[in-house]
Amino acid sequence: MALPKYTEPHYRIWHYFYLFVCGCVFFFLIAPLFVIFPLSFNAEEFLVFTDGMKRLDPDAFSTRWYKDMVYGTKNPWGLAAKNSFIIAIFATIGSIILGTLAALGLSSRHMPYKGLIMATLISPMIVPLIISGVAIFFFMAKVGLAATHLGIILAHIILGTPFVVITVTATLSGFDHSITRAASSLGSNPFNTFMKITLPLILPGVISGGLFAFVTSFDEVVVVLFLAGLDNTTIPIQMWTGLREQLSPTILAVATCLIVLSVLILVTAELLRRRSERLRGINR
Amino acid sequence: MSSETGKILTTDGIPLEESLKQAERKNKIKAFLLVTPLLLFLIITYIVPIADMFSRSIDDKMVTNMLPKTYKAMEKWDGKELPPEEVFEAFYLDYKILVKNKTAGKLQTQLNYEKNGFKSVLKKLARKQKKFEEGNYKEQIMKVHKRWRNVEYWRAIKRRAPAYTYSKYLKGVDMYSNEDGKIVQVAEDRRIHRILWSRTLEVAFFVTLFCFLMAYPIAHLLATLPMKYSNLLMICVLLPFWTSLLVRTASWMILLQQQGIVNDFFVWIGLVTDDNRPEMMYNKTGTYVAMTQILLPFMVLPLYSVMKTISPSLMRAGKSLGATPAVAFFKVYFPLTIPGIGAGCLLVFILAIGYYITPALVGGASGTLISNQIAYHMKSTLDWSFASAMGLMLLTGVLVIYWIYNKLVGVDNIKLG
Repeated sequence: MALPKYTEPHYRIWHYFYLFVCGCVFFFLIAPLFVIFPLSFNAEEFLVFTDGMKRLDPDAFSTRWYKDMVYGTKNPWGLAAKNSFIIAIFATIGSIILGTLAALGLSSRHMPYKGLIMATLISPMIVPLIISGVAIFFFMAKVGLAATHLGIILAHIILGTPFVVITVTATLSGFDHSITRAASSLGSNPFNTFMKITLPLILPGVISGGLFAFVTSFDEVVVVLFLAGLDNTTIPIQMWTGLREQLSPTILAVATCLIVLSVLILVTAELLRRRSERLRGINR
Repeated sequence: MSSETGKILTTDGIPLEESLKQAERKNKIKAFLLVTPLLLFLIITYIVPIADMFSRSIDDKMVTNMLPKTYKAMEKWDGKELPPEEVFEAFYLDYKILVKNKTAGKLQTQLNYEKNGFKSVLKKLARKQKKFEEGNYKEQIMKVHKRWRNVEYWRAIKRRAPAYTYSKYLKGVDMYSNEDGKIVQVAEDRRIHRILWSRTLEVAFFVTLFCFLMAYPIAHLLATLPMKYSNLLMICVLLPFWTSLLVRTASWMILLQQQGIVNDFFVWIGLVTDDNRPEMMYNKTGTYVAMTQILLPFMVLPLYSVMKTISPSLMRAGKSLGATPAVAFFKVYFPLTIPGIGAGCLLVFILAIGYYITPALVGGASGTLISNQIAYHMKSTLDWSFASAMGLMLLTGVLVIYWIYNKLVGVDNIKLG
């Protein structure tokens, strides 16, 4: 955003001030994430930058916390990671199936009570997590699913579907329905039409909704706090316990791994969004 | 010509109008069937349990079920003087069973809520009642402790007779119904819930305000920069958005601690002295800073998507017609961004008002919010009906905002990323 030559001086100052403010906000947003990186390689047990680290002394850095994370005695992270992945993967599959079906129904112009139903389907995203947690806990306890993987998976499907519904509905808003009609008129049955025509076209939306559902499940701690027993501990639960009791560098090592994971997810989501926009651009 | 013959018929001989209606109905059912699995799933596992919280919050059957005979006998008692012998006898019989089943402790706790000092009286009775002889229970019970002669204690028992109560809701706003059945406020030094409610609203309001003030300039920058720069800067918004909430909270815990980098910086620029580092975590400051950073992307994204649609030529037109940049901004640009502002503010406010994790970790005692109190009653005091009541009070507030949001923005216009 270069300023034209004729800009008066006080507007020029104002403009640089504006850029400075923006810079500060971007710094505020992103900088906290970068504190974790160096500190997770700290050779000491403290969570501050030691003098050695400030001098960039190689001896002040070590990978001992990463070793502790993987090989540490009695360490909970292995089980937690396994549980987190199992729960998140099944919750994502469930959310994708239920959410995509519902989104297909909702984008049909024949859908009755569209607003009301949409508001209901989105509500788990809006209702404070603590309330969802209490309600789901009461339900799971009643049907005997508290402290089971299945109970947590079902709970995460509840929390994940709104994201799938939103992204798939958004993708379908640019969808040209005459293509599916063309397929039917050429003799394709509805299932085939869906698999061969609709699904490939809405796939970017489905996957990015699935990514949201995955992240929601993978990062969810409030509901799991109510539901989880000792065997169902997840990464967020372990982090939560660690942060409450004692902030150890091992947690920072885990946090670094999680940041790397979120970078991967971000890249995937961005690529999908662009692809989806490109596809919809052609459709219009 | 009659209208009958004027109708257009399909090849099957059915009037076209009817045939179209049939097709329409079929499509409606088809669309509805697609939504049904998710709708049913949510209703069973989510909506009904939330509604169930209401019955739990007004449920007061515990004491009623523990003293069935007593309450039957009390029906005729007017509560003015000491109850008659039958009530004493019924209470003795009920209490004996409770002591035998080792559930008397629950009754003691519950009645102690109703009347302070009830616990010790009941405990003494539990010990002495083994030696009771048959008949004339009134005399025997009154001999155990002189408070049994005080009609207040019997009234306290009677107050717990109904199976339903709204007392938990009163407790949620620091009120209770006193001995005469009047609704009064609790003593001033014990009004903790009102403090929590107002603090929750205050934090949600200021976090929304801070988010707005910070998000507006950067959303504007992102929307006006050429694509190749804005995509790069967008990562600064999206990366925190995709990163685990706990990771972000952990990084704030490191930054804000007393030996942390923010304090180091303050010492370095000479704002504070080294031995006088301010406490920035475990209080409201920590909650504000961390929540603002965590919720900021939710403000930037809706603002950005609205600003992206505003043509830059509008501002140029305003300026060419003689407006100064400031006037052009406030008269032309700002009004056009109001839908985005509304969407972002409502979204952030809704999310902030129910925040739990971050206040619990960086908030300390003075930075906790109403959600933390709900969790506390769920996990520590196990007063689930009170937790349900507070949850529903919070939910009502959120649903009102959600309804406004739906009216103004429309839930189907929520955009993610």
